[in-house]
Amino acid sequence: MLELENISFEVSEEDDSKEIVKDMSLKLEDGKFIVITGPNGGGKSTLAKVIAGIHKPTSGKIYFEGEDITQKSVTERAKLGIAYGFQQPVRFKGITVRDLICLAAGKKLSVAESCEYLAEVGLCAKDYIDREVNASLSGGELKRVEIATVLARGSKLSVFDEPEAGIDLWSFQNLIKVFENMRKTNRQGSILVISHQERILNIADEIVVIADGEIVKQGGKEEVLPTLVSTEAMASKCNKYNMGGES
Amino acid sequence: MIDQIQQRLLEEVAGLHEVPEGAYNIRANGQLAQRNTTANIDIISKENGTGIDVRIKSGTKNESVHIPVVLSASGLKEVVYNDFYIGDDCDVTIVAGCGIDNCGVQDSEHDGIHRFFVGKNSKIKYVEKHYGSGDGQGKRILNPGTEVTLDEGSLMEMEMVQIKGVDSTERKTTADLAAGAKLLVRERLMTHGNQSAVSIYEVNLNGEKANTDVISRSVAKDNSFQKFDAKITGNTMCSGHMECDAIIMGDAKILAVPQLEANHIDAALIHEAAIGKIAGDQIVKLMTLGLTEAEAEEQIINGFLK
Repeated sequence: MLELENISFEVSEEDDSKEIVKDMSLKLEDGKFIVITGPNGGGKSTLAKVIAGIHKPTSGKIYFEGEDITQKSVTERAKLGIAYGFQQPVRFKGITVRDLICLAAGKKLSVAESCEYLAEVGLCAKDYIDREVNASLSGGELKRVEIATVLARGSKLSVFDEPEAGIDLWSFQNLIKVFENMRKTNRQGSILVISHQERILNIADEIVVIADGEIVKQGGKEEVLPTLVSTEAMASKCNKYNMGGES
Repeated sequence: MIDQIQQRLLEEVAGLHEVPEGAYNIRANGQLAQRNTTANIDIISKENGTGIDVRIKSGTKNESVHIPVVLSASGLKEVVYNDFYIGDDCDVTIVAGCGIDNCGVQDSEHDGIHRFFVGKNSKIKYVEKHYGSGDGQGKRILNPGTEVTLDEGSLMEMEMVQIKGVDSTERKTTADLAAGAKLLVRERLMTHGNQSAVSIYEVNLNGEKANTDVISRSVAKDNSFQKFDAKITGNTMCSGHMECDAIIMGDAKILAVPQLEANHIDAALIHEAAIGKIAGDQIVKLMTLGLTEAEAEEQIINGFLK
């Protein structure tokens, strides 16, 4: 179980400081598929990075399976069982898809074993296994390789930051299947997905709505999903957008 | 004749665990240590003792020549001239390389000047590795010179590797290509400490449809210095591409000087050069896979130089 206790995260800009996550407390139960949603700029990605250890919170505590991990590094958290999928996957010159999956699994995998992870994300393994994770892969391919590395971790908690961002419609259909499949097969670990997509929200056990650095709503899909569009925070963001306040 | 240190150097530079198959000439501490010739490949010492001539008969296929050089005595300086005369329609692999182990205080230096005359429609794969070891104060210096003359329709693929332990290198490679000839260069270089490495390439595309692709990938660490100075000259209808991609770390300095000279309207020449540090998100990504920062850095460099 992951527990956030009064987490705040501030960034300083010149003479000013801005609070991106405000005194947030949240419990994520084991074996659940949880989706965090809400308007852009609301603090969702920052929260995911705080969980993965990429950002250190300004104040508050994070507990993972009862252990205080607030001061633990990205590496330590990965070893404890937290996996994180990047919103914008990173490219590497010279490192192949297979290298990356082996690094993720933490051991040398046979071709057949590495192919299983690729097959799960809908990539024809033999075409990809020896390709470099570089600019020759399209956005959708790269995203699926990224998800395959998270799967290969076999972690207790897998965090995905907007897996649908930057991929084409065709890849998106496959992506939904990947998550549906993950939800069906992975019952020991929890999955935390940041998403705007209704189809991903639709397979959630629980939905958390975050806006302006705060939790606006949290509950079961049946309870939260119907209210989402009319959430006040969302509406105010929409107004700002219409007025050209945010692009 | 070959001692343990020399054997280790041979493994590093030529991948040799035992006596190689085919033709070979092993030079250790300035002397000929072992030699073998085949029906198609002859190796002859130059009369003045400054090097060897390697003669490969026309039509020789799937044979290899190993000519590694190892230096394990401190303070040894030598200049060696090796000439390769390759006939027409050959398909041969040539493995050169130099390993220096210097535990002493005096500098050790090997300057190998290689000339290749490649006949019509021949295919040559040339691998050259440099390696230095030993913790003495004496420097390990390698200044290789390579001159390549490619006749019509020939292909030469050069793989140049220097990953560790060489204090100072100035490499100069020049090539002249006739019609339809092709030169591929893959250079991988890593410098650390106070090392300095200069790579100079001059490729002249003289015949129609001559083609070259020069790719250098390098990593400069600590206080080391690297200079990549490459020029492709297109004198006729031809195509050339070069790419220099470098990772800079610590207080290293890298200078990339790519040059293109087109002397003909149908000369199509391209260069790309990039220098940058390891991207922070690359390290973070590997850390999310459970690697430490140092392990992540090592993986990124290993991949880059693979």
